[in-house]
Amino acid sequence: MKKLLILGAGTGGTIMANKMRKTLSREKWDITIIDQYKTHYYQPGFLFIPFGIYKAKDVVKPKSDFFPVGVNVIYSPIERIEAEKNQVLLDQGVVLKYDYLIIATGTKTAPEETPGLKGNLWHKSIFDFYTIEGATALAEHFKTWEGGKLVLNIAELPYKCPVAPLEFVFFADAFFTERGLRDKIDITYVTPLPGAFTKPRATKMLGELLDEKNINIIPDFNIAEVNNEEKKIVDYAGIEIPFDCLISIPTNMGDAMIERSGLGDELNFVHTDKHTLQSEKFDNIFIIGDAANVPTSKAGSVVHFMADIMEENLLCAIQGRPFTAHFDGHANCYIETGYGKGTLIDFNYDTEPLAGSFPFPGIGPFGLLKVTRMNHYGKLIFRWIYWHVLLKGKEMPIEAEMQMAGKKL
Amino acid sequence: MATKTFAGVSIEVNDDGYLVNSTDWTKKIAADMAKEEGIEITDTHYEVLNFIRTKIGNGENLTIRGIGKSGIVDIKGFYKLFPGAPLKKATKLAGVAKPTSCI
Repeated sequence: MKKLLILGAGTGGTIMANKMRKTLSREKWDITIIDQYKTHYYQPGFLFIPFGIYKAKDVVKPKSDFFPVGVNVIYSPIERIEAEKNQVLLDQGVVLKYDYLIIATGTKTAPEETPGLKGNLWHKSIFDFYTIEGATALAEHFKTWEGGKLVLNIAELPYKCPVAPLEFVFFADAFFTERGLRDKIDITYVTPLPGAFTKPRATKMLGELLDEKNINIIPDFNIAEVNNEEKKIVDYAGIEIPFDCLISIPTNMGDAMIERSGLGDELNFVHTDKHTLQSEKFDNIFIIGDAANVPTSKAGSVVHFMADIMEENLLCAIQGRPFTAHFDGHANCYIETGYGKGTLIDFNYDTEPLAGSFPFPGIGPFGLLKVTRMNHYGKLIFRWIYWHVLLKGKEMPIEAEMQMAGKKL
Repeated sequence: MATKTFAGVSIEVNDDGYLVNSTDWTKKIAADMAKEEGIEITDTHYEVLNFIRTKIGNGENLTIRGIGKSGIVDIKGFYKLFPGAPLKKATKLAGVAKPTSCI
């Protein structure tokens, strides 16, 4: 019996378990998936919690709901990967051998990387919204907050779901306007990037939206510390920004197990070939999603596109054929802009987000780089698609490879 | 493509003043560029520039965090060496491409 081991049962690991169980023969292949936690979070939903649109119960389901029949499931922390020996050590000395390994251990926030961030004010005046704890604490805080300086700071690149901080400030603008508090709240977006986003056209479009909504932007800010006593953030060049309520996107890091296994970069993201998704060091290891150090967004849409590529390439590797699938860095992000509207961007390693219609050229129904009501519905309906189609590894009408049809150069 | 004279030699540069060919780079060019940026170049500067050239040469990602972990300077020290926008200035002086942040 050959063994395929999947580390991590988040979006990537769960999709791959579903896909590979369909693809690989049950007589010949044993598939095991390992995760230390039993709860699956719909992470795109965290953004909606501080504004009371979703509650915690709307974004959680048991992981076990999404595993296919015929896959072994182990709930356990992972001690390390011993790639030279083709084995994984769990805690308490359990050793699992593998023929092929998929790493899908994701990324998580590491607020402890910034001095003072997790200090006295943590979850009192300083919040994150990338964890269920942070998002729900912030929802409570916003219920009674009477206004002041609302500062959103991105600590460091890369971070998960790169458009979420923008969506957050757009939502905050609408939320406090609807409550009649907007004139008492000063919203500032503080980023290490030189502008609102990375690529020129999206940066221009999103920068104009910030301006239109009277949200200040402070670019090129690399946070060095949080001063809890004086309630301000300080960057390495000495620039200080005072806050009454700080929303932090902390440093993102891969799992500490990656560091223990000697497979990662300085942020514990695994060295990965950006086109084949194979480990740069070991031919029988593949990496999906946020855990990989590939230069594209850390986001669910990317994981979904990677999964199609990985399924094909893993089969190539198993059958001793050259790789036939090629990952282009495709990302596709619905961006909430408040007031029941949204915009949409679609891009890859080489092509920046362009205007046009999506997914059907000339028809849509979604508009790229445009603010429309339909784009907002796209985002809301995605939660259903995520639970019922995406995690189960079923077909979706969107190509893994980015398409140019319907786009304006 | 524009050219610029550094250390008495005419070198191709792009619109932002970065070297077009990383192989054109010499310590003298770096020293001349540093003057333009108002930086008095020291051995520590050169150590950082060499670190950057090696990283980029190996096709690795360059980040402020990575330089802070280089063992040459910490992040605060890096800001002191290249005030204001350290990564942009240091890559320029190292003769490599301006880092493109991708998220």
